[in-house]
Amino acid sequence: MFESPTRRPLITGKTSYSQITEDIIKPIEAKPTKWWYLGFTVSLAALGLWLLSVTYLLFTGVGVWGLNKTVDWGWDITNFVWWVGIGHAGTLISAVLLLFRQKWRTAVNRSAEAMTIFAVVCAGSYPLLHAGRPWLIYWVFPLPNTYGSLWSNFNSPLLWDVFAISTYLTVSLVFWYVGLIPDLATIRDRAVGIRRKIYGLMSFGWNGSAKGWQRFESVSLILAGLSTPLVLSVHTIVSFDFATSVIPGWHTTIFPPYFVAGAVFSGFAMVQTLLIIMRKSMRLEQYITLNHIDVMNKIILVTGSIVGSAYITEFFIAWYSAVPYEQYAFANRMFGPYWWAYWTMMTCNVITPQLFWSRKLRRSLTASFIISIFVNIGMWFERFVIIVTSLHRDYLPSSWLMYSPSWVEICMYIGSLGLFFTLFFLFAKFLPVIAVAEVKSIYKTSSEEEIAKTAAKEGLDLQQAHAHTKGAH
Amino acid sequence: MTKKYILGLFRDEEPLLHAVNELRKEGNKIHEVYTPFPVHGLDDALGYKRSRLPRAAFLFGCLGGTLGLSMQAWMLGVDWPMNIGGKPALAWVDFVPVTFELTVLITALGMVATYLVASDFIPGNEPKMPDPRITSDVFCIAIDVEGASATVGSRLRQLGAEVQEKEVEL
Repeated sequence: MFESPTRRPLITGKTSYSQITEDIIKPIEAKPTKWWYLGFTVSLAALGLWLLSVTYLLFTGVGVWGLNKTVDWGWDITNFVWWVGIGHAGTLISAVLLLFRQKWRTAVNRSAEAMTIFAVVCAGSYPLLHAGRPWLIYWVFPLPNTYGSLWSNFNSPLLWDVFAISTYLTVSLVFWYVGLIPDLATIRDRAVGIRRKIYGLMSFGWNGSAKGWQRFESVSLILAGLSTPLVLSVHTIVSFDFATSVIPGWHTTIFPPYFVAGAVFSGFAMVQTLLIIMRKSMRLEQYITLNHIDVMNKIILVTGSIVGSAYITEFFIAWYSAVPYEQYAFANRMFGPYWWAYWTMMTCNVITPQLFWSRKLRRSLTASFIISIFVNIGMWFERFVIIVTSLHRDYLPSSWLMYSPSWVEICMYIGSLGLFFTLFFLFAKFLPVIAVAEVKSIYKTSSEEEIAKTAAKEGLDLQQAHAHTKGAH
Repeated sequence: MTKKYILGLFRDEEPLLHAVNELRKEGNKIHEVYTPFPVHGLDDALGYKRSRLPRAAFLFGCLGGTLGLSMQAWMLGVDWPMNIGGKPALAWVDFVPVTFELTVLITALGMVATYLVASDFIPGNEPKMPDPRITSDVFCIAIDVEGASATVGSRLRQLGAEVQEKEVEL
């Protein structure tokens, strides 16, 4: 396939097929670095905090949270929506970008999908614990029972959410694992002894045959086709939890697209945060290049702008509707007792991503890292603002209450970060963080060396060509 | 069961693809080709028919959609209809999200199960491959010695392959 040599390379430096295998598989075979041990220990400590606070919660009851009869959703649902949102980038990268044949996807899809799965696990823990008695959680499923059978209420968005999140987790996990099989076989074929046994067990007897690859590509394409509407449906359904209610500030039709854009926005920010650390600490700069960081920043800019427009639209509609409750809800967000949460959200989500119009900032690791953290914080506050500011002013002023989290909620939040990072550190140690076979498949068209060869053949001055296509990718 | 194969090993995909085309043009029967990553056009060059997995996926999708919708309709419309402010019990619009999710879920699980069974991918299966370097950087054409022409080895060498004869199970 013809590929213009003026395109910027996605694999830089001196590489070959065996070198790609070596670079990506080596960290799995070698002893973990000091940094890995340090990061893993900190994550484990936070996970311990999670176990402690959850145990206390289960033995005492949901009353240990700071919720009250007016604000009955607080940090629990904020964290749930935040984590689900973060879990959107992985599938978007692996599915939507596969359908669009975006080659840069190959370097980041594996770790982004892993993040998706771990984030959805963290997200799922919140409604599970919010239900109060998690050991009875199977009651949400339509199982025959001795009460009639009394079935689940399929008219309820909360039940749709159960189906959406569990389907999303299952399909993401299956998609991820199907893609992992060839790479697990690569590890198997380099290993001896117990490691060979374990990776042999996990790679299902993959042999790299032409028929095997044909089936593999067919399955990947269909899973991508299925995951694309799925990923859009998940956050749409999460937004229905709010939009189908009659709470001013929630009852708006803009919610589904606005939530999906916000989810992609926060998901990419988290991918950016982790990849910038990972490429450095695992020496993957040749594969996760500045060009990758640059395109992801562009997606952050686009989705951030959609989110910003949605905020403004919401405001306009609240005013234009002439419904006093609606108008009050939005004025209260800006100038009410939670004004600081609102303005944190606005600053982090609307202003910071706009900095990415500058090519220099898009290609600066420090700037990308800092802005991605800002977006993570801003998107957390978005959910907090939507949930808490809408609830704390009830219809009767006598029911107006304030909400602040208890230590259990704070520990559970820090703890869920611990759960996420513990899983991620284990993933980085035991599984290939970059899709080895997929990167090899773009080697001929997108590596610096091969591009230079093509350019030489066509008598093209690459430096001059790049000067002309500055910023184009 | 092991058998004798002539193996042509390549280090790059272009000479491999060229060799496959040439060998087939000359009437040689290729048992299978092994590569570290999907090589585009290889299945066409080998004359493989398109995979039937998409059809399996479609059937599982139909099954999932039908099951999802009829389950909800039966539970809320037939088995235990509820009077919620006089609204219809068979509120089919409300059934769309769960029907969609179950369609996706059953399609994905059904198709992947079909894929694993069709490819004989069972946890712990030993790989039936001629060379362990295939999952890293070696491309390999395997030709069954039985029925192969006597010159196929030298022809492979001519096409740029490193040739081996091996008794393996493929």
